[in-house]
Amino acid sequence: MKPEELIDEVRQSKLRGRGGAGFNCGQKWYFAYTARADEKFVICNADEGEPGTYKDRIIMENDPHVLIEGMTICATAIGARQGYIYLRGEYPQVVNILNTAIDQAKARGLLDDFDIEVRSGAGAYVCGEETALIESIEGKRGEPRYKPPYPPVEGLWNQPTIVNNVETFAAVPAIVKNGASWYASIGHPDYPGTKIVTLTGDVNNRTFFEVPTNTTIREIIYEFGGGIPAGKKFKAVQVGGTSGAFIPEENLDTPLAFDTMTAIGATLGSGAVLVLDESRNLIDVLTRISGFFQHESCGKCAPCREGTMRLYDLMLKVNNGTGKPQDIKIMQKLGNVMAISCLCGLGQAAPAPILSSLEHFPADFNVKLM
Amino acid sequence: MDYKEILAQYRDLPGGIIEAFHAIQDEFGYLPEEAVLEAARGFAIPVAEAFGIATFYSMFSVKPRGKNVIRICESAPCHIAGATEVIAALERELGIKMGESTSCGRFALEFTECVGQCQGTPVITINGKPYTNVSPAAIPNILAEYKQA
Repeated sequence: MKPEELIDEVRQSKLRGRGGAGFNCGQKWYFAYTARADEKFVICNADEGEPGTYKDRIIMENDPHVLIEGMTICATAIGARQGYIYLRGEYPQVVNILNTAIDQAKARGLLDDFDIEVRSGAGAYVCGEETALIESIEGKRGEPRYKPPYPPVEGLWNQPTIVNNVETFAAVPAIVKNGASWYASIGHPDYPGTKIVTLTGDVNNRTFFEVPTNTTIREIIYEFGGGIPAGKKFKAVQVGGTSGAFIPEENLDTPLAFDTMTAIGATLGSGAVLVLDESRNLIDVLTRISGFFQHESCGKCAPCREGTMRLYDLMLKVNNGTGKPQDIKIMQKLGNVMAISCLCGLGQAAPAPILSSLEHFPADFNVKLM
Repeated sequence: MDYKEILAQYRDLPGGIIEAFHAIQDEFGYLPEEAVLEAARGFAIPVAEAFGIATFYSMFSVKPRGKNVIRICESAPCHIAGATEVIAALERELGIKMGESTSCGRFALEFTECVGQCQGTPVITINGKPYTNVSPAAIPNILAEYKQA
């Protein structure tokens, strides 16, 4: 297939990014394809750092070749000769698996026109943000860039660059083989295909599943997940990782697709599913989550650097029983400011767990206040 | 291998300072000050930038620490699975607090965020190797292997 045909096939399949942003994959490739440059790059984002997520590791451990194939198809489509897999530093055992697979592909002459190098991260959640990831590959602190320009126009070493998630690349070979309409017919029409979900918390089957995107949260928890242990009742579920919203019982019939999740004020994110039963202390969990963001904020922009710190301070206060109604108002205001003013997705999403909990579970806060 | 030899292997790799730091840390357990200074020279960047990189990433340490680095995940799924009790058991067993190293230089205790082994919470890693479904009672057995090494 010619580059234009490949891009068209991927675009028609309606494959959207599995890393959290949900952008049409073929459209993204088209931007890089039309960009004029001497050199272009393909990067696989394997920096999955969303707590509760290990889908990319499962793909890389079990079928590294599907990732290499997906990246190679992308390279053919946009005209890249060099690729990188940016692998989180917490997966040292996966480096060998990927390098072995790359060597195998080379030995069979499958990487004659395209080379892939594995680069290790070193423990920075923010490097999952694509421009921070690019900075890190360039050997710098992983701080996000101002956008635009977006990577398909100006990315690695200022050259056109495609950054896609492991799960996105892994979907590509089957699309090229079976055709766009085949893929578009699977799951939810606006976000077709499958999604790997990883279940943690109070659920009987704490494991991973690949499900069509029209599967509902309720089905994930009660059918695939086998329900909540010890006969306890459901309290809340956080979908998409630690940056996701907490979702109440009344929204459990929502399909695990991109726009359907957005419509209930939540996100699909990485597909992590953290279930809390009725015995859990939501305020304590939120305090830990705000501690996570306070630690992982890179410090480049003030709303995130200061905001994550303040949110953590306020959650600590509420959690230890010294919070006042005024503190809740401050968190709401600060959270809304962060959501619109932070430089990257980290700071924009950091208040979401707190804001969604204030909306759906206000009583949990109220009983803790002075 | 000394750090100059390690750095020489990465000098021509574009953006290779992070890979070089990994390799130095694998050898020394941390990033010695003189190695960071040498890296700044080798990669032709200001010293401040080299230290900026070395201190940005949580897996790098610019201070000496225990040989076997134990990291405990404190992200939400591990937190609700009982990470706090595992931390208490580790501190008790080693006689140190989180963030410290044992005086014999054998162990370092560090917090980490999610390490992506959430099928078996709570999770700890020792020198990058994951241990899943860790209970406080299992700590002495897990550490025994490293006490001999």
